[in-house]
Amino acid sequence: MNTTPRRNRSRLLIETLIVVAIAIAMMTVVPGLLNAVGQSFRVGLLGRFMALAIAALGIDLIWGYTGILSLGHGLFFALGGYAFSMFLQLQPPPGATGLQLPDFLVLYGVTDLPWLWKPFESLPFTTIAIVLLPTIVAAILGYLVFRNRIRGVYFSILTQAALIVFFNFFNGQQKLINGTNGLKTDTTYLFGQVMSSPTMQANFYYLTIVLLALAYGFCRWLTSGRFGQLLIAIRDDEPRVRFTGYDPTVFKVLVFAVSAGLAGIAGALYTVQSGIITPKAMDIAFSIEMVIWVAVGGRGTLVGAVLGTLIVNFARSLLSEQYPAFWLFFQGALFLAVVTVLPDGFVGWFKTNIPELVRQLTSKTKISTYPSLENNPDLDYERQVVSDRKSDR
Amino acid sequence: MSGKLLAIENLTVSFDGFKALNNLTFSMDPGELRVIIGPNGAGKTTFLDTITGKTKPTQGTVHFKGQNLAKFKEHTIAKMGIGRKFQTPRVYLNLSVRENMGLAYNQQKSLLKTLFPKSNGGEKDDIAQLLEIVGLLGKANSPASLLAHGEKQRLEIGMLVAQSPDLLLVDEPVAGLTDEETEKVGNLLIQLAKKHSILVIEHDMEFVRQIAQKVTVLHEGSVLCEGTMDEVQSDRRVIDVYLGNQED
Repeated sequence: MNTTPRRNRSRLLIETLIVVAIAIAMMTVVPGLLNAVGQSFRVGLLGRFMALAIAALGIDLIWGYTGILSLGHGLFFALGGYAFSMFLQLQPPPGATGLQLPDFLVLYGVTDLPWLWKPFESLPFTTIAIVLLPTIVAAILGYLVFRNRIRGVYFSILTQAALIVFFNFFNGQQKLINGTNGLKTDTTYLFGQVMSSPTMQANFYYLTIVLLALAYGFCRWLTSGRFGQLLIAIRDDEPRVRFTGYDPTVFKVLVFAVSAGLAGIAGALYTVQSGIITPKAMDIAFSIEMVIWVAVGGRGTLVGAVLGTLIVNFARSLLSEQYPAFWLFFQGALFLAVVTVLPDGFVGWFKTNIPELVRQLTSKTKISTYPSLENNPDLDYERQVVSDRKSDR
Repeated sequence: MSGKLLAIENLTVSFDGFKALNNLTFSMDPGELRVIIGPNGAGKTTFLDTITGKTKPTQGTVHFKGQNLAKFKEHTIAKMGIGRKFQTPRVYLNLSVRENMGLAYNQQKSLLKTLFPKSNGGEKDDIAQLLEIVGLLGKANSPASLLAHGEKQRLEIGMLVAQSPDLLLVDEPVAGLTDEETEKVGNLLIQLAKKHSILVIEHDMEFVRQIAQKVTVLHEGSVLCEGTMDEVQSDRRVIDVYLGNQED
C-alpha cells in the first residue's frame, strides 16, 4: 500500500476504537433503547443474529475472499451447537451433585453415559471442542478435496453431500443424541443458574458481542497483509499462484478450517440463546441462507458480512411477524435483487457510490486515476525517458 | 549432463494415444536466451507444461540443474527456480500492481511465513525498480484490472522477474500487442537475458528476429532443427513445414 506504516497504525487504532465503541454501545445503549420502546424480545434476537454474524464472517473468508463457495457450513455450525449443548445437558441442577444423565437418555432406558458424551463433562474440553471439532472436520474434508484440485461447483456439491451425511447421522441416532428432537439447552443449568434466566441470557448476549468483535478483528488481521492478498490471488487465478511457488492447498485448507471454527463458535452461541439445537441446523436451506447474508451485505467486505446478517435476519423476523407466509418469497426476491442490481451487496454499493455522491454534494473534483493517468503528459514523458534509457543500454 | 541448466531427454507426452510431444530431446545452457518456434499444434505449450510440472511425462526425463523434476509439484518446481509466463496475461485482477509484484517477489512462500511475514527492507525499493523497468511505476497503486492488455503482459513479465527464477519460461509474450509494445517487450527480454536464462515461445517472426540468439523449431512434438535465425529460415524442412501449414 502507498501509506506509511505510521499512517497505517493510526488508521488501525481508529478502526479498533470504532469497533470497541460499537461493541460498548451494543452492550449498553441498544438494550436500554429496545427495552424503553417495549421491544425487549428484540434484544434476544439481536444476540442471536450477532452469533450468526460470526458464522457469516467465516463464510466471507472462504467465499468472499478466497472464492470457494461452501454450501455446507450448517454442519460446522451444528457441531459447535451440539458440543456446547451436550456439555450443558450433563450439568447438575442446583442441589444435585455427581453425574447427570440427560433426560432423554433415561427415557430410552440408557443407564450408562455413552462414550461420545464422556469428554463433554469437562468445560475446558467443551470450549476447545466448540472451535476445534468443526475446524478438524473441515481441515480433513478440505485437505482431501483441495489436494485433488476439486473446485467450483464440485466443491459446493461436496460440501452439501457432507452436510447430508452428518444430517442423517444426527437425525438417526435417537439413543445417542436424541435424533430429530435435538438437544434442549434452555432448561439446563450452568454454574447453578438455569440457562433461560434473564441474567444468563444477558451474559451470553455480552459474550456474543465480545466474540463477534474479536472474530472481526481476527478476520481483519487475516485478510490484511500478504496472507489476505494471497487469498484474493487464489480467487483470481489459482494456477498462477501455484506457478509463483505457493502451494494453494495449504492456504485453502487453513481458510476453510478457520471459517468452520467461526461457524462452530456461532453455533454454540446461537444454540444457548435460542434454547435448542436440532439436526435442522444442518438443513441445506440454512447453509444457503448464510451465503445469502454475505451476498446481501457485500462479499469480500467483513463489515458487509456482519451487516448483511443483521439486515436479512431482522427483515425476516419483522416480515414473518406481519405476513408469516411471505418471508420465503421475500428472501428469494432479495437474493435475486442483490445478484442482479447490487452484485457487490449493500456495502459494495456504498463503497462505489458514496464517494461519488459526496463529490457531487461538495462539488470538489476528485481525480479519478485511470483515464487521467493515460492522458498525463508528465507520465508519458517519464515512460519515454525510461524506454529511451532501456534502448540506450 | 552437468553444466546444463535444462536437459530434456527422449520426452514423450501422450494424451489418450495422441503424442503431443514425441521423443523430444532438448537442452539449454545457463545464461542462454532461446526461442522456440513451430506451427500450431507443434507441442510448444505442452513442452512448457511438462517443464513446469503441470503435465507429467509419459516417457523420458526433464532435468533442471541436475534434478529430475518428475516427482515435484508445480509450486515446488517454481520454488526451485523456474518461472512461467502464460500465453494470455494472467495477473491478479483484484490486487494492485504493486501487490501483484509483492506476491511474486516474496521468497518465503510457506503458510506461516505468509501469516507472519518478516519485513524485508529492500522489498519496496526492489519492486519500485522493477516497476520502472517494465514501465508501470506510474500505475503501481491502481488495480491490475484497469491495465491495458500490453501493460498486463509487461506486469506479468515483471512478476516473473520479481520471482527471480533461474529460468524464465515465456509463452507468446507479444500475442495481441501493437508493434510499438512488441518492441518494448523485446527490449525488455533482451535486457533481462543479461542476468537470466530465458526460454521464449513465439509465433511472431519479426519479434523472434529481434531477440533470438538461438532458435529451436518444434514440429509434431519433436525438434526439427536448431540454429541461428538465418540458418533456421533457410532450412528446407522448416520452409516445408511452415509453407505446408500456410496452405492448409
